[in-house]
Amino acid sequence: MLEKHRRWMNPAAFALLLVALAFAAASCGGDDDGDGGDEATQIEGLGSTLDEIKEKARQEGRVNLVVWAGYADKSWADQFAADTGCQVNTKDGASSDDMIDLISTGEYDGVSASGNATVRLMERGDVAPVDTDLIPNYADVQEGIKNQSYNSKDGQPYGVPHGRGPNLLVFRTDVVPPATNSWDVIWDKADPYKGKLSIYDDSIFIADAAVYLKATQPDLNITNPYELDDKQFNAAVDLLEQQAPKVGEYWPGDVAKQVQSFTNKDSVVGTTWPYQVNLLQSAKPPVPVKAVKPKEGTTGWSDTWMIYSKAKHPNCMYLWMDYIISPSAQAKVAEFFGEAPVNLGACDLTKDKSHCDNFHAADESWWKDVYYWTTPTKDCGDDRGEVCKTQEDWKAAWTEIRG
Amino acid sequence: MGRRLSGFLFRHPRVRLGALLAAPLGWLVVVYLGSLFVLLLAAFWQTDEFTSEIVHTFTLDNFRTLFERDVYREVAWRTISMAALVTLADAVLAFPIAFYMARVASPRVRSLLVVAVVMPLWASYLVKAYAWRTMLATGGVLDWLLGPLGLSGPGYSMVGLWLVFTYLWLPFMILPLYVGLERIPESVFEASADLGARSFRTFSRIVLPLALPALVAGSIFTFSLTLGDYIAPGLITSEQFIGTVIYSIRGQALPLAAAYTFVPIAVMVVYLLLARRLGAFESL
Repeated sequence: MLEKHRRWMNPAAFALLLVALAFAAASCGGDDDGDGGDEATQIEGLGSTLDEIKEKARQEGRVNLVVWAGYADKSWADQFAADTGCQVNTKDGASSDDMIDLISTGEYDGVSASGNATVRLMERGDVAPVDTDLIPNYADVQEGIKNQSYNSKDGQPYGVPHGRGPNLLVFRTDVVPPATNSWDVIWDKADPYKGKLSIYDDSIFIADAAVYLKATQPDLNITNPYELDDKQFNAAVDLLEQQAPKVGEYWPGDVAKQVQSFTNKDSVVGTTWPYQVNLLQSAKPPVPVKAVKPKEGTTGWSDTWMIYSKAKHPNCMYLWMDYIISPSAQAKVAEFFGEAPVNLGACDLTKDKSHCDNFHAADESWWKDVYYWTTPTKDCGDDRGEVCKTQEDWKAAWTEIRG
Repeated sequence: MGRRLSGFLFRHPRVRLGALLAAPLGWLVVVYLGSLFVLLLAAFWQTDEFTSEIVHTFTLDNFRTLFERDVYREVAWRTISMAALVTLADAVLAFPIAFYMARVASPRVRSLLVVAVVMPLWASYLVKAYAWRTMLATGGVLDWLLGPLGLSGPGYSMVGLWLVFTYLWLPFMILPLYVGLERIPESVFEASADLGARSFRTFSRIVLPLALPALVAGSIFTFSLTLGDYIAPGLITSEQFIGTVIYSIRGQALPLAAAYTFVPIAVMVVYLLLARRLGAFESL
């Protein structure tokens, strides 16, 4: 009996512990509520002139970035460090959700966010508006990319554009006919490649199904792949569920995983970023892959460098935002990742002089059927009203598609 | 000052004990249990539909979602089955190895084997998982080995993942078993032989019952490690497991992810209670 009593904690002590924990949790919660909201405030510690920023940046000595893999590669980040004295530390984000998660930890100064993160970041107050007067290179950014809904709020820019690119159809030319020019090889005609499809593992991929349906099932009347009502959304989810058993691998933003699979022929067709295509084609020996923007159009991204509203190294971050849109950095970024620069001054500096033409940097008509990632909201943005599926619905559906 | 303090502590053993335990106990309660508690509490919050920020309003919706949507039950079931199969495979593989180490091998061979079993734990988990990814690839080592027999490797499938898990957690089964088997006194083997029991009977009536607590202790590791893992499933298969679901929804729906953690916690509580009844904690 005595033995038994000693084994367990005194009930009173246990209750006390629970109460103490509840108090601790409640006070934590209280703190959270106080933050956010006042996003218009100036970032603390930021210099008021460019010279002052440069001087303060030398004292800060570093900048911590959340990036898409390859966005702050040494081949241009080292130059930045040498110029400004700011060491660049990076953390790769796997998806837009992941990036929001990372930036809200408060450990980072800035983020290269895609459209399905930027709107939420602005709304949450995690990122601050930028004073473009302090970013001289901003004047040279293509006008068509400035002040879009995904990089500004109420006419006030929140960050600088990084570059834009399409999500491509990639396939091994020794397995899939090289003339392939349609997404049907991963949807309706995917059977020959069963178990060898490589699909991006994020709910935003539902939009890729919608892009295909938009072209192949006009009676669904899909106008925008991110503004899907019940019927359209269900059609896209059905398509994805038919596809799921044929998928060999979902790659969760893990670039190395996809590259390895295509190298081993474990994947032969799928969706990709131009970055992996570069890696595959420049491997030794080169992997026989080809990537195209299929005739149905595609999803894509137009990314924005944003500054965390309570950045610890705001001056370095401002200099980074200026540097990354300079012609020389843009040339390296665009070629390295395989995307279109936003500063056309870069076009004369790329190693491959036809890079800007190949990636249609100045050809707006080419981008017409590239639907940049954005956050799905209830408001359909047209006369259907507030009947569209929210990103919460998208996420829940994605978990079920994956099974 | 120092002398007076030590005198005071000598006369007041309770204060002494309190001062000694304050730091580790504070760590355990505040940092460990506290964060766990905050995590579990999050299961009852909501998220803002648009910004996916947490809204501190009490709700049971997350649990309702878990019950109503089949996918969460299927994933939980898949994870638990995998954990059970891995535990079974590890037990079957580990028993002869541990028995040989504990009862048969010479002291020299025994220490060599202990080193060999522990050695893989010195390598990073990630390195081993990626190595298996390469081995399981089409045309990889396994395909090459099985090719002459007209077979092919399991590839990136559930069987492949089962192999990887079994490999990864095997040492965690061998070590407790080895210790448990070593503790069995030599005399019971002799008594068994004197009474005319053959080796199979000795094994089933003497060794297995006496080693059972150690086996259960080892299974706690293999079972819980499989239950919680999210990296190997993501690398080797495209199937979802509890860990990978939590990982992928945590950004958007932290409360739902927190609610889902109740499932493995509940499973482990039941498992540990069973293990306690079987006496596993005495052989840890």
